[in-house]
Amino acid sequence: MKVKTPSKLEKILAAGHYAVTSEVGPPRGSDPENITKKAEMIKDYVDAINVTDNQTSVTRMCSLAACIRLKLMGLEPVLQMVTRDRNRIALQSDILGAASYDIHNILCLSGDHQSFGDCAQGQNVHDLDSMQLIQTARYMRDEGKFLGGGDIGRPPNMFVGAAANPFADPFEIRVPRLAKKVAAGVEFIQSQCIYNMEKFELWLKMSGDRGLLDNVYILAGVTPFKSAGMARYMKNRVPGIEVPDELVKRMADTPKEKQPEEGINICIEQIEHLKGVEGVHGFHVMAIEWEEMVPEIVERSGLYPRPTVE
Amino acid sequence: MIVGEQKPIAEIKAIVKPYKKLLILGCGTCVKTCFAGGEDEVAVLASALRLSFKKDGKAIDIAEYTIERQCENEFIQEAAKVIAQNDSVLSLACGAGVQAIARRFAKIPVLPGVNTTFLGVLERQGFFTEECTGCGNCVLGIFGGICPITRCAKKLLNGPCGGSQKGYCEIKAETECAWHLIIDRSKSLGQLNNLTTYVPPKDWRSSNSGGPRRLVREDHII
Repeated sequence: MKVKTPSKLEKILAAGHYAVTSEVGPPRGSDPENITKKAEMIKDYVDAINVTDNQTSVTRMCSLAACIRLKLMGLEPVLQMVTRDRNRIALQSDILGAASYDIHNILCLSGDHQSFGDCAQGQNVHDLDSMQLIQTARYMRDEGKFLGGGDIGRPPNMFVGAAANPFADPFEIRVPRLAKKVAAGVEFIQSQCIYNMEKFELWLKMSGDRGLLDNVYILAGVTPFKSAGMARYMKNRVPGIEVPDELVKRMADTPKEKQPEEGINICIEQIEHLKGVEGVHGFHVMAIEWEEMVPEIVERSGLYPRPTVE
Repeated sequence: MIVGEQKPIAEIKAIVKPYKKLLILGCGTCVKTCFAGGEDEVAVLASALRLSFKKDGKAIDIAEYTIERQCENEFIQEAAKVIAQNDSVLSLACGAGVQAIARRFAKIPVLPGVNTTFLGVLERQGFFTEECTGCGNCVLGIFGGICPITRCAKKLLNGPCGGSQKGYCEIKAETECAWHLIIDRSKSLGQLNNLTTYVPPKDWRSSNSGGPRRLVREDHII
Protein backbone atom coordinates (compact mmCIF):
# COMPACT_ATOMS: atom_id res chain seq x y z
CA MET A 1 0.00 0.00 0.00
CA LYS A 2 1.16 3.52 -0.82
CA VAL A 3 2.26 5.77 2.02
CA LYS A 4 -0.13 8.71 2.37
CA THR A 5 0.92 10.41 5.60
CA PRO A 6 4.12 11.28 7.47
CA SER A 7 3.25 8.61 10.06
CA LYS A 8 6.24 6.50 11.04
CA LEU A 9 3.88 3.65 11.82
CA GLU A 10 2.49 3.76 8.31
CA LYS A 11 5.97 3.85 6.77
CA ILE A 12 7.09 0.82 8.73
CA LEU A 13 4.02 -1.13 7.69
CA ALA A 14 4.34 -0.03 4.07
CA ALA A 15 7.99 -1.14 4.06
CA GLY A 16 6.80 -4.62 4.95
CA HIS A 17 8.20 -4.76 8.46
CA TYR A 18 6.21 -6.14 11.34
CA ALA A 19 5.10 -3.06 13.24
CA VAL A 20 5.08 -3.02 17.02
CA THR A 21 2.87 -0.72 19.03
CA SER A 22 2.05 -0.58 22.68
CA GLU A 23 0.07 1.71 24.88
CA VAL A 24 0.23 3.91 27.92
CA GLY A 25 -2.76 4.90 29.99
CA PRO A 26 -2.72 8.50 31.25
CA PRO A 27 -2.82 9.00 35.02
CA ARG A 28 -5.67 9.90 37.34
CA GLY A 29 -3.91 13.17 37.95
CA SER A 30 -1.84 15.82 36.25
CA ASP A 31 1.71 14.57 36.87
CA PRO A 32 3.36 14.47 33.45
CA GLU A 33 6.10 12.15 34.69
CA ASN A 34 3.62 9.36 34.95
CA ILE A 35 3.33 9.37 31.17
CA THR A 36 6.92 10.18 30.30
CA LYS A 37 8.33 7.46 32.57
CA LYS A 38 6.14 4.76 31.04
CA ALA A 39 7.06 6.00 27.58
CA GLU A 40 10.79 5.99 28.40
CA MET A 41 10.49 2.37 29.44
CA ILE A 42 9.13 1.17 26.10
CA LYS A 43 10.19 3.78 23.54
CA ASP A 44 13.06 1.87 21.95
CA TYR A 45 11.00 -1.29 21.56
CA VAL A 46 7.93 0.02 19.78
CA ASP A 47 7.23 2.08 16.67
CA ALA A 48 4.31 3.99 18.10
CA ILE A 49 2.61 4.39 21.44
CA ASN A 50 -1.16 4.48 21.83
CA VAL A 51 -2.51 6.82 24.46
CA THR A 52 -5.85 5.66 25.76
CA ASP A 53 -8.80 8.04 26.04
CA ASN A 54 -10.39 7.80 29.49
CA GLN A 55 -10.33 4.03 29.21
CA THR A 56 -13.05 2.04 30.97
CA SER A 57 -14.82 5.41 31.31
CA VAL A 58 -12.69 6.41 34.27
CA THR A 59 -11.73 10.10 34.23
CA ARG A 60 -8.05 10.63 33.51
CA MET A 61 -5.63 13.12 31.99
CA CYS A 62 -6.78 13.68 28.42
CA SER A 63 -5.31 11.60 25.64
CA LEU A 64 -4.43 14.62 23.55
CA ALA A 65 -2.30 16.30 26.24
CA ALA A 66 -0.55 13.01 26.97
CA CYS A 67 0.09 12.51 23.24
CA ILE A 68 1.64 15.98 23.08
CA ARG A 69 3.96 14.98 25.96
CA LEU A 70 5.10 11.97 23.90
CA LYS A 71 5.50 14.05 20.79
CA LEU A 72 7.67 16.54 22.68
CA MET A 73 9.88 13.58 23.67
CA GLY A 74 10.34 12.86 19.97
CA LEU A 75 8.12 9.78 20.07
CA GLU A 76 5.31 8.65 17.80
CA PRO A 77 1.94 8.75 19.55
CA VAL A 78 -1.31 7.17 18.42
CA LEU A 79 -4.13 9.42 19.60
CA GLN A 80 -7.01 7.27 20.79
CA MET A 81 -10.32 9.08 20.49
CA VAL A 82 -13.64 7.79 21.74
CA THR A 83 -16.96 9.15 20.58
CA ARG A 84 -18.52 8.81 24.02
CA ASP A 85 -17.55 12.18 25.43
CA ARG A 86 -17.40 14.68 22.59
CA ASN A 87 -19.68 15.77 19.78
CA ARG A 88 -18.55 16.33 16.21
CA ILE A 89 -17.41 19.89 16.96
CA ALA A 90 -15.14 18.76 19.81
CA LEU A 91 -13.84 15.71 17.93
CA GLN A 92 -12.85 17.73 14.87
CA SER A 93 -11.40 20.42 17.11
CA ASP A 94 -9.24 17.91 18.99
CA ILE A 95 -8.08 16.38 15.70
CA LEU A 96 -6.89 19.83 14.67
CA GLY A 97 -5.23 20.34 18.05
CA ALA A 98 -3.37 17.06 17.58
CA ALA A 99 -2.49 17.97 14.02
CA SER A 100 -1.00 21.25 15.21
CA TYR A 101 1.58 19.14 17.08
CA ASP A 102 2.05 16.89 14.04
CA ILE A 103 0.50 13.89 15.70
CA HIS A 104 0.17 11.56 12.76
CA ASN A 105 -1.87 8.60 14.04
CA ILE A 106 -5.40 8.36 15.31
CA LEU A 107 -7.37 5.39 16.58
CA CYS A 108 -11.13 5.81 16.31
CA LEU A 109 -13.23 4.09 18.97
CA SER A 110 -16.69 4.33 20.43
CA GLY A 111 -15.41 3.83 24.01
CA ASP A 112 -16.68 1.86 26.95
CA HIS A 113 -20.10 2.81 28.25
CA GLN A 114 -19.97 5.38 31.04
CA SER A 115 -21.77 3.06 33.43
CA PHE A 116 -18.48 1.16 33.89
CA GLY A 117 -16.58 4.21 35.04
CA ASP A 118 -16.40 6.80 37.79
CA CYS A 119 -19.12 9.03 36.34
CA ALA A 120 -21.90 6.55 35.83
CA GLN A 121 -24.39 9.39 36.39
CA GLY A 122 -23.11 11.25 33.33
CA GLN A 123 -24.59 11.45 29.86
CA ASN A 124 -22.85 10.01 26.87
CA VAL A 125 -22.64 11.84 23.56
CA HIS A 126 -22.17 9.43 20.65
CA ASP A 127 -23.02 12.15 18.17
CA LEU A 128 -20.76 10.16 15.84
CA ASP A 129 -19.90 6.49 16.14
CA SER A 130 -16.44 5.01 15.58
CA MET A 131 -17.23 4.30 11.93
CA GLN A 132 -18.24 7.90 11.36
CA LEU A 133 -15.14 9.15 13.20
CA ILE A 134 -12.97 7.12 10.82
CA GLN A 135 -14.77 8.71 7.91
CA THR A 136 -14.45 12.15 9.50
CA ALA A 137 -10.68 11.83 10.04
CA ARG A 138 -10.22 10.69 6.44
CA TYR A 139 -12.46 13.43 5.08
CA MET A 140 -10.60 16.11 7.03
CA ARG A 141 -7.30 14.76 5.74
CA ASP A 142 -8.15 13.84 2.16
CA GLU A 143 -10.60 16.59 1.29
CA GLY A 144 -9.17 19.21 3.63
CA LYS A 145 -12.68 19.98 4.78
CA PHE A 146 -14.73 20.00 7.94
CA LEU A 147 -17.86 17.87 8.15
CA GLY A 148 -19.75 21.13 7.82
CA GLY A 149 -18.14 21.69 4.41
CA GLY A 150 -15.74 24.53 5.24
CA ASP A 151 -12.09 24.44 4.22
CA ILE A 152 -9.47 23.52 6.79
CA GLY A 153 -6.33 25.63 6.86
CA ARG A 154 -3.46 23.09 7.08
CA PRO A 155 -5.55 19.91 7.21
CA PRO A 156 -4.63 17.10 9.60
CA ASN A 157 -2.36 14.43 8.14
CA MET A 158 -3.17 11.32 10.11
CA PHE A 159 -2.87 7.61 9.52
CA VAL A 160 -6.33 6.42 10.51
CA GLY A 161 -6.87 3.35 12.63
CA ALA A 162 -9.61 1.55 14.48
CA ALA A 163 -10.14 -1.47 16.64
CA ALA A 164 -11.65 -4.79 15.65
CA ASN A 165 -12.82 -7.55 17.89
CA PRO A 166 -13.17 -10.92 16.14
CA PHE A 167 -14.35 -12.45 19.43
CA ALA A 168 -17.41 -10.34 20.06
CA ASP A 169 -20.91 -11.53 19.32
CA PRO A 170 -22.24 -12.26 16.78
CA PHE A 171 -19.25 -13.68 14.90
CA GLU A 172 -20.98 -13.57 11.51
CA ILE A 173 -21.03 -9.75 11.54
CA ARG A 174 -17.35 -9.37 12.37
CA VAL A 175 -16.02 -9.61 8.82
CA PRO A 176 -18.79 -7.46 7.29
CA ARG A 177 -18.06 -4.96 10.06
CA LEU A 178 -14.38 -4.86 9.12
CA ALA A 179 -15.48 -4.40 5.50
CA LYS A 180 -17.52 -1.43 6.59
CA LYS A 181 -14.60 0.10 8.47
CA VAL A 182 -12.37 -0.37 5.44
CA ALA A 183 -14.99 1.26 3.25
CA ALA A 184 -15.21 4.15 5.72
CA GLY A 185 -11.47 4.63 5.27
CA VAL A 186 -9.67 2.81 8.03
CA GLU A 187 -6.01 2.12 7.23
CA PHE A 188 -4.85 0.06 10.19
CA ILE A 189 -6.56 -2.13 12.76
CA GLN A 190 -5.42 -2.99 16.25
CA SER A 191 -7.28 -6.09 17.29
CA GLN A 192 -8.72 -7.01 20.65
CA CYS A 193 -6.42 -9.24 22.79
CA ILE A 194 -6.12 -12.57 21.04
CA TYR A 195 -6.09 -15.80 23.01
CA ASN A 196 -8.29 -17.93 20.75
CA MET A 197 -5.90 -18.26 17.82
CA GLU A 198 -8.21 -20.42 15.74
CA LYS A 199 -11.01 -17.90 15.78
CA PHE A 200 -8.65 -15.04 15.02
CA GLU A 201 -7.18 -16.92 12.09
CA LEU A 202 -10.64 -17.78 10.79
CA TRP A 203 -11.64 -14.11 10.95
CA LEU A 204 -8.44 -13.14 9.18
CA LYS A 205 -8.92 -15.75 6.48
CA MET A 206 -12.51 -14.68 5.87
CA SER A 207 -11.36 -11.06 5.74
CA GLY A 208 -8.65 -12.03 3.27
CA ASP A 209 -11.12 -13.96 1.12
CA ARG A 210 -13.21 -10.83 0.96
CA GLY A 211 -10.20 -8.87 -0.27
CA LEU A 212 -10.08 -6.64 2.78
CA LEU A 213 -6.49 -7.31 3.72
CA ASP A 214 -5.23 -5.61 0.57
CA ASN A 215 -6.55 -2.36 1.96
CA VAL A 216 -5.84 -2.44 5.67
CA TYR A 217 -2.96 -3.41 7.94
CA ILE A 218 -3.83 -5.72 10.82
CA LEU A 219 -1.93 -5.43 14.09
CA ALA A 220 -2.63 -8.42 16.28
CA GLY A 221 -3.37 -7.49 19.88
CA VAL A 222 -1.64 -9.46 22.63
CA THR A 223 -1.86 -9.09 26.40
CA PRO A 224 0.30 -11.15 28.77
CA PHE A 225 -1.34 -12.69 31.81
CA LYS A 226 0.22 -11.57 35.07
CA SER A 227 -1.37 -14.39 37.01
CA ALA A 228 -3.85 -17.26 36.80
CA GLY A 229 -6.37 -14.94 38.45
CA MET A 230 -6.05 -12.48 35.59
CA ALA A 231 -6.52 -15.26 33.04
CA ARG A 232 -9.72 -16.32 34.80
CA TYR A 233 -10.90 -12.73 35.07
CA MET A 234 -10.31 -12.12 31.36
CA LYS A 235 -12.14 -15.31 30.54
CA ASN A 236 -15.15 -14.80 32.76
CA ARG A 237 -15.56 -11.12 33.34
CA VAL A 238 -14.41 -9.13 30.34
CA PRO A 239 -17.04 -8.91 27.60
CA GLY A 240 -15.72 -9.67 24.14
CA ILE A 241 -12.60 -11.56 25.23
CA GLU A 242 -12.23 -15.30 24.70
CA VAL A 243 -9.66 -17.24 26.70
CA PRO A 244 -9.44 -20.97 25.94
CA ASP A 245 -9.60 -23.27 28.97
CA GLU A 246 -6.18 -24.74 28.27
CA LEU A 247 -4.56 -21.32 28.72
CA VAL A 248 -6.30 -20.78 32.04
CA LYS A 249 -5.23 -24.27 33.09
CA ARG A 250 -1.66 -23.69 32.01
CA MET A 251 -1.50 -20.56 34.17
CA ALA A 252 -3.26 -22.24 37.09
CA ASP A 253 -0.93 -25.25 36.93
CA THR A 254 2.09 -22.97 37.24
CA PRO A 255 3.33 -22.19 40.78
CA LYS A 256 2.23 -18.72 41.80
CA GLU A 257 5.70 -17.19 41.82
CA LYS A 258 6.35 -18.46 38.29
CA GLN A 259 3.02 -17.30 36.87
CA PRO A 260 4.21 -13.86 35.62
CA GLU A 261 7.05 -15.56 33.74
CA GLU A 262 4.66 -18.10 32.28
CA GLY A 263 2.32 -15.30 31.19
CA ILE A 264 5.19 -13.68 29.30
CA ASN A 265 6.15 -17.04 27.77
CA ILE A 266 2.61 -17.55 26.50
CA CYS A 267 2.54 -14.04 25.04
CA ILE A 268 5.82 -14.63 23.20
CA GLU A 269 4.58 -17.97 21.88
CA GLN A 270 1.47 -16.23 20.61
CA ILE A 271 3.52 -13.61 18.77
CA GLU A 272 5.77 -16.30 17.28
CA HIS A 273 2.71 -18.21 16.14
CA LEU A 274 1.00 -15.13 14.70
CA LYS A 275 4.11 -14.23 12.74
CA GLY A 276 3.36 -17.24 10.58
CA VAL A 277 -0.22 -16.19 9.93
CA GLU A 278 -0.94 -14.53 6.61
CA GLY A 279 -2.45 -11.08 7.00
CA VAL A 280 -0.77 -10.19 10.29
CA HIS A 281 1.24 -7.01 9.75
CA GLY A 282 2.34 -6.30 13.27
CA PHE A 283 1.61 -6.51 16.96
CA HIS A 284 -0.11 -4.32 19.46
CA VAL A 285 1.30 -5.28 22.85
CA MET A 286 -1.09 -4.29 25.62
CA ALA A 287 0.76 -5.04 28.84
CA ILE A 288 -1.87 -3.67 31.17
CA GLU A 289 -0.17 -1.88 34.09
CA TRP A 290 2.88 -3.96 33.22
CA GLU A 291 4.61 -1.74 30.68
CA GLU A 292 8.04 -2.70 32.02
CA MET A 293 7.65 -6.13 30.41
CA VAL A 294 7.18 -4.76 26.87
CA PRO A 295 10.94 -4.65 26.11
CA GLU A 296 11.39 -8.29 27.11
CA ILE A 297 8.37 -9.43 25.10
CA VAL A 298 9.54 -7.54 22.01
CA GLU A 299 13.14 -8.69 22.36
CA ARG A 300 12.38 -12.34 22.96
CA SER A 301 9.87 -12.37 20.08
CA GLY A 302 12.65 -11.42 17.70
CA LEU A 303 11.11 -8.03 17.02
CA TYR A 304 14.08 -6.04 18.32
CA PRO A 305 15.79 -3.86 17.22
CA ARG A 306 13.03 -1.84 15.62
CA PRO A 307 13.58 -0.83 12.01
CA THR A 308 14.29 2.73 11.01
CA VAL A 309 12.48 4.41 8.16
CA GLU A 310 13.02 7.68 6.33
CA MET B 1 -47.46 5.22 24.13
CA ILE B 2 -45.87 7.47 26.72
CA VAL B 3 -44.80 5.37 29.69
CA GLY B 4 -44.47 6.78 33.17
CA GLU B 5 -44.05 5.61 36.71
CA GLN B 6 -45.53 7.17 39.81
CA LYS B 7 -42.99 8.88 42.05
CA PRO B 8 -42.31 7.31 45.46
CA ILE B 9 -44.83 8.41 48.07
CA ALA B 10 -42.13 9.96 50.26
CA GLU B 11 -41.06 12.23 47.39
CA ILE B 12 -44.67 13.16 46.62
CA LYS B 13 -45.28 13.97 50.28
CA ALA B 14 -42.25 16.23 50.35
CA ILE B 15 -43.36 18.23 47.30
CA VAL B 16 -47.01 18.69 48.33
CA LYS B 17 -46.24 19.37 52.00
CA PRO B 18 -46.38 23.19 51.83
CA TYR B 19 -50.01 23.16 50.58
CA LYS B 20 -53.38 22.93 52.33
CA LYS B 21 -55.74 22.16 49.45
CA LEU B 22 -54.36 19.71 46.96
CA LEU B 23 -55.98 18.40 43.80
CA ILE B 24 -54.63 15.12 42.48
CA LEU B 25 -55.31 15.30 38.78
CA GLY B 26 -55.29 12.08 36.80
CA CYS B 27 -54.87 11.59 33.07
CA GLY B 28 -56.93 8.91 31.37
CA THR B 29 -54.81 7.94 28.37
CA CYS B 30 -51.13 6.87 28.33
CA VAL B 31 -50.36 6.96 32.05
CA LYS B 32 -53.60 5.14 32.76
CA THR B 33 -52.48 2.25 30.58
CA CYS B 34 -49.19 1.99 32.44
CA PHE B 35 -50.86 2.22 35.85
CA ALA B 36 -49.19 5.48 36.82
CA GLY B 37 -51.83 8.18 36.68
CA GLY B 38 -55.35 7.05 35.75
CA GLU B 39 -58.47 7.35 37.89
CA ASP B 40 -57.60 4.26 39.95
CA GLU B 41 -54.10 5.50 40.73
CA VAL B 42 -55.51 8.92 41.70
CA ALA B 43 -57.86 7.24 44.22
CA VAL B 44 -55.18 5.00 45.69
CA LEU B 45 -52.65 7.82 45.98
CA ALA B 46 -55.22 10.18 47.53
CA SER B 47 -56.09 7.61 50.22
CA ALA B 48 -52.45 6.90 50.94
CA LEU B 49 -51.61 10.59 51.27
CA ARG B 50 -54.61 11.34 53.49
CA LEU B 51 -53.68 8.50 55.79
CA SER B 52 -50.02 9.38 55.87
CA PHE B 53 -50.57 13.12 56.53
CA LYS B 54 -53.15 12.26 59.21
CA LYS B 55 -50.55 10.13 60.95
CA ASP B 56 -48.12 13.06 60.75
CA GLY B 57 -50.77 15.35 62.23
CA LYS B 58 -50.85 17.58 59.15
CA ALA B 59 -54.18 18.96 57.96
CA ILE B 60 -54.55 18.82 54.19
CA ASP B 61 -57.60 18.65 51.93
CA ILE B 62 -57.10 16.28 49.07
CA ALA B 63 -59.46 16.33 46.10
CA GLU B 64 -59.47 13.91 43.17
CA TYR B 65 -60.27 14.44 39.52
CA THR B 66 -59.32 12.74 36.27
CA ILE B 67 -59.62 14.01 32.72
CA GLU B 68 -59.16 12.15 29.46
CA ARG B 69 -55.94 13.89 28.46
CA GLN B 70 -54.01 16.63 30.21
CA CYS B 71 -52.24 17.51 26.97
CA GLU B 72 -55.37 18.84 25.25
CA ASN B 73 -57.06 22.09 26.09
CA GLU B 74 -60.52 20.71 25.45
CA PHE B 75 -60.13 18.29 28.35
CA ILE B 76 -58.12 20.67 30.53
CA GLN B 77 -61.05 23.09 30.54
CA GLU B 78 -63.20 20.37 32.08
CA ALA B 79 -60.93 20.52 35.12
CA ALA B 80 -60.65 24.31 35.30
CA LYS B 81 -63.29 24.73 37.95
CA VAL B 82 -61.94 22.10 40.32
CA ILE B 83 -58.37 23.32 39.79
CA ALA B 84 -59.43 26.85 40.79
CA GLN B 85 -60.90 25.50 44.05
CA ASN B 86 -57.50 24.26 45.24
CA ASP B 87 -54.18 25.90 46.10
CA SER B 88 -52.07 23.25 44.37
CA VAL B 89 -52.28 20.51 41.75
CA LEU B 90 -50.41 17.24 41.73
CA SER B 91 -50.58 16.10 38.13
CA LEU B 92 -50.26 12.40 37.43
CA ALA B 93 -49.80 13.03 33.71
CA CYS B 94 -46.57 12.84 31.74
CA GLY B 95 -44.29 15.88 31.69
CA ALA B 96 -46.23 17.31 28.74
CA GLY B 97 -49.49 17.14 30.70
CA VAL B 98 -47.96 18.78 33.76
CA GLN B 99 -46.74 21.70 31.66
CA ALA B 100 -49.96 22.04 29.71
CA ILE B 101 -51.84 22.43 32.99
CA ALA B 102 -49.23 24.70 34.57
CA ARG B 103 -49.19 27.26 31.77
CA ARG B 104 -52.95 27.74 32.02
CA PHE B 105 -53.06 28.42 35.75
CA ALA B 106 -50.61 31.18 36.57
CA LYS B 107 -51.38 31.37 40.32
CA ILE B 108 -51.53 27.67 41.13
CA PRO B 109 -48.44 25.50 41.51
CA VAL B 110 -48.67 22.37 39.36
CA LEU B 111 -46.44 19.59 40.64
CA PRO B 112 -45.35 16.34 38.99
CA GLY B 113 -46.46 13.07 40.58
CA VAL B 114 -45.12 10.85 37.81
CA ASN B 115 -41.70 10.29 36.31
CA THR B 116 -42.13 10.20 32.55
CA THR B 117 -39.84 7.42 31.46
CA PHE B 118 -40.08 6.71 27.75
CA LEU B 119 -41.99 6.18 24.52
CA GLY B 120 -42.65 2.51 24.59
CA VAL B 121 -44.63 -0.60 23.99
CA LEU B 122 -46.83 -2.61 26.32
CA GLU B 123 -45.05 -5.86 25.64
CA ARG B 124 -47.28 -7.84 27.99
CA GLN B 125 -49.39 -7.02 31.04
CA GLY B 126 -47.24 -4.93 33.38
CA PHE B 127 -44.15 -4.97 31.15
CA PHE B 128 -43.16 -1.99 29.05
CA THR B 129 -40.16 -1.48 26.80
CA GLU B 130 -38.59 1.67 25.40
CA GLU B 131 -38.66 1.79 21.62
CA CYS B 132 -38.55 5.36 20.35
CA THR B 133 -36.63 8.55 21.14
CA GLY B 134 -38.70 10.81 18.92
CA CYS B 135 -35.61 11.91 16.96
CA GLY B 136 -37.81 13.41 14.28
CA ASN B 137 -36.31 11.51 11.36
CA CYS B 138 -37.19 7.84 11.46
CA VAL B 139 -34.52 5.40 10.31
CA LEU B 140 -36.27 2.15 11.18
CA GLY B 141 -36.48 1.28 7.48
CA ILE B 142 -32.76 0.60 7.21
CA PHE B 143 -32.41 -1.24 10.50
CA GLY B 144 -34.97 -3.97 10.05
CA GLY B 145 -37.53 -2.16 12.18
CA ILE B 146 -35.35 -1.94 15.31
CA CYS B 147 -34.17 1.48 16.49
CA PRO B 148 -30.47 1.63 17.36
CA ILE B 149 -30.76 5.24 18.49
CA THR B 150 -33.13 4.26 21.27
CA ARG B 151 -32.21 0.68 21.95
CA CYS B 152 -28.41 0.72 21.70
CA ALA B 153 -26.81 2.25 24.80
CA LYS B 154 -24.28 3.98 22.54
CA LYS B 155 -26.78 5.01 19.84
CA LEU B 156 -24.52 3.32 17.26
CA LEU B 157 -25.70 3.73 13.69
CA ASN B 158 -22.91 1.48 12.47
CA GLY B 159 -22.91 -1.12 15.20
CA PRO B 160 -22.56 -3.45 16.91
CA CYS B 161 -19.85 -2.57 19.42
CA GLY B 162 -17.54 -5.26 20.71
CA GLY B 163 -19.20 -5.81 24.03
CA SER B 164 -22.45 -7.71 23.59
CA GLN B 165 -22.62 -11.20 24.98
CA LYS B 166 -24.90 -13.90 23.66
CA GLY B 167 -27.31 -11.29 22.39
CA TYR B 168 -27.39 -9.14 25.50
CA CYS B 169 -25.95 -5.70 26.17
CA GLU B 170 -22.79 -5.50 28.26
CA ILE B 171 -24.19 -2.73 30.40
CA LYS B 172 -27.31 -4.58 31.57
CA ALA B 173 -27.64 -8.32 31.48
CA GLU B 174 -31.41 -8.20 30.89
CA THR B 175 -31.23 -5.76 27.96
CA GLU B 176 -31.21 -7.28 24.51
CA CYS B 177 -28.46 -5.96 22.25
CA ALA B 178 -30.28 -3.86 19.65
CA TRP B 179 -27.65 -4.68 17.08
CA HIS B 180 -28.00 -8.37 17.71
CA LEU B 181 -31.72 -7.98 17.04
CA ILE B 182 -31.04 -5.88 13.93
CA ILE B 183 -28.66 -8.52 12.59
CA ASP B 184 -31.05 -11.40 13.30
CA ARG B 185 -33.97 -9.59 11.77
CA SER B 186 -32.00 -8.43 8.72
CA LYS B 187 -30.94 -12.03 8.25
CA SER B 188 -34.48 -13.32 8.36
CA LEU B 189 -35.53 -10.61 5.90
CA GLY B 190 -32.62 -11.60 3.64
CA GLN B 191 -31.18 -8.09 4.07
CA LEU B 192 -27.98 -8.77 6.02
CA ASN B 193 -25.95 -7.08 3.30
CA ASN B 194 -27.75 -3.80 4.07
CA LEU B 195 -25.66 -3.64 7.18
CA THR B 196 -22.42 -3.26 5.24
CA THR B 197 -23.63 0.10 3.98
CA TYR B 198 -22.03 2.98 5.86
CA VAL B 199 -24.59 5.12 7.66
CA PRO B 200 -23.43 8.77 7.73
CA PRO B 201 -23.62 10.98 10.83
CA LYS B 202 -27.18 11.74 11.77
CA ASP B 203 -28.67 15.18 11.31
CA TRP B 204 -29.85 15.83 14.84
CA ARG B 205 -31.60 19.09 13.99
CA SER B 206 -34.88 17.22 13.76
CA SER B 207 -34.38 16.03 17.34
CA ASN B 208 -34.48 17.93 20.59
CA SER B 209 -30.86 18.98 19.91
CA GLY B 210 -32.33 21.49 17.48
CA GLY B 211 -34.25 23.05 20.37
CA PRO B 212 -37.87 22.39 21.35
CA ARG B 213 -39.88 21.32 18.35
CA ARG B 214 -43.22 22.43 16.99
CA LEU B 215 -45.50 20.82 14.51
CA VAL B 216 -47.83 23.03 12.53
CA ARG B 217 -50.54 21.43 10.42
CA GLU B 218 -51.92 24.33 8.42
CA ASP B 219 -54.54 22.07 6.88
CA HIS B 220 -56.02 21.44 10.30
CA ILE B 221 -55.91 24.95 11.69
CA ILE B 222 -59.37 26.45 11.84
